[in-house]
Amino acid sequence: MTALVIAEHDNASIKGATLNTVTAAAALGGDVHVLVAGHNAGAAAAAAAQIAGVAKVLHADSSALAESLAENVAAQVIALASGYSHLVFPATAAGKNVAPRVAALLDVAQVSDITKVVSADTFERPIYAGNAIATVQATDAVKVITVRTTGFDPAAAGGAAPVETIAAAADVGKSSFVGREVTKSDRPELTAAKIIVSGGRALGSSEKFNEVLTPLADKLGAALGASRAAVDAGYAPNDWQVGQTGKIVAPQLYIAAGISGAIQHLAGMKDSKVIVAINKDPEAPIFSVADYGLEADLFTAVPELVNAL
Amino acid sequence: MKVLVPVKRVVDYNVKVRVKSDGTGVDIANVKMSMNPFDEIAIEEAVRLKEKGVVTEIVAVSCGVAQAQDILRTAMAIGADRAILVETPADLDLQPLAVAKLLKALVDKEQPQLVILGKQAIDDDCNQTGQMLAALAGMPQGTFASKVEVAGDKVNVTREVDGGLETVSLSLPAVVTTDLRLNEPRYVTLPNIMKARKKPLETVKPEDLGVNVTPRIKTLKVSEPPKRGAGVKVPDVATLVNKLKTEAKVI
Repeated sequence: MTALVIAEHDNASIKGATLNTVTAAAALGGDVHVLVAGHNAGAAAAAAAQIAGVAKVLHADSSALAESLAENVAAQVIALASGYSHLVFPATAAGKNVAPRVAALLDVAQVSDITKVVSADTFERPIYAGNAIATVQATDAVKVITVRTTGFDPAAAGGAAPVETIAAAADVGKSSFVGREVTKSDRPELTAAKIIVSGGRALGSSEKFNEVLTPLADKLGAALGASRAAVDAGYAPNDWQVGQTGKIVAPQLYIAAGISGAIQHLAGMKDSKVIVAINKDPEAPIFSVADYGLEADLFTAVPELVNAL
Repeated sequence: MKVLVPVKRVVDYNVKVRVKSDGTGVDIANVKMSMNPFDEIAIEEAVRLKEKGVVTEIVAVSCGVAQAQDILRTAMAIGADRAILVETPADLDLQPLAVAKLLKALVDKEQPQLVILGKQAIDDDCNQTGQMLAALAGMPQGTFASKVEVAGDKVNVTREVDGGLETVSLSLPAVVTTDLRLNEPRYVTLPNIMKARKKPLETVKPEDLGVNVTPRIKTLKVSEPPKRGAGVKVPDVATLVNKLKTEAKVI
């Protein structure tokens, strides 16, 4: 029984989500191999080899794999699938894009967003925006799984796995990469941050959002997040959205400022270790999950908080 | 060109579901059901493409119990031209792979140039069906779309990915799944609801399509998520900072 982890990388380095995925794969009980499919991704493959618990790294190099197009990455995974009992992806935008395509091509079901490995075929996963936890058993011969990264600790460094170069699958030729617009940020990545400062509709404008929350985030070395309302209103970029349909986060400290706490938002942050809510509405549902609630106007409370730190 | 839009009937997004005490599932008896929010966005996008003259016919599809007819009527009130219900028994656990196979059979029959689905259903939170359909039908996929532009025999899809946006160009026919910011779905008007009643709705069974819908994943148990311990309200910022430093030790 061997699990293949499909690494998320940018050709130069391995993304953090891969480390949590390796931990989940190791919990399945067999060997763990890692696939690095990319273009000129030797550095990423070398980095993958250093993850503790990895027995082998498979490195496929082709210009067709450069931008991680689902059609081509899926073809690459299919070419390898026969040797594996489990195909394990991080439940990130990239993993969610490719994994179901692989599962369908193998005619097997996929288990999405697992938060716990019960046994090699049984997993826990949240459903209904995290309002229920389902324990499910996959009955297919090959298990295709995506891993909720906040459910597992990142694997440590210190491995020394061999890197094996493998043949790259041919370009499927049905899609091509056009371009990318990356949100520039020198803050910690939202899904990996230890502290997150998140703002909601109550901030009122993009200017206020930055003016009020940036100093607090700077002070704490925190990532900035946002509720859907704040993103839809244009106060914050899309990829800052925390919730059922945005990022799922579980930092040490989550500060929710001016966020009411709709079910869909709670689904993305309620596994945080400590939750602080700052809201002037005493009835806001966010107070029901907050460890510390401050009933105050955020426009005075947040600057006060910055001063007090 | 023809567009196929699969829609799902789910528990309304405002309802906080309750786990059944016997651990067999969540209690959805007597709970308000609606169209999955991402699917409304999918229908809206198809209607906008029709209004631009790119699309000539919109076929809405739903797989599930007989009551899913209601949401197909809603889809037709938004602007779908006709609808197909793949009716399955109420006691069947219909999973994404089975739905993808049913949709593949309909794609073979209807030959759409574009299939637009929601990125995920808010009940099972799977985020699989669109990708699976694309795989089975041998089509390229544009998932988590925030912009869709048909240009000749290609469709350019701007996707919401971790860290920003990315644009891919797909050969038609293709599968697109919608993200929240693709559009703002319109409200259905009473006259359109009346008109939707007269639009054709065809019902088929999985057997008619030659698809085996047996579940591949067994649900062993459904439980309540762990409850968070009760929190406290603090009177002022100084107390908050003090508690975070000394009690929670997170800063």
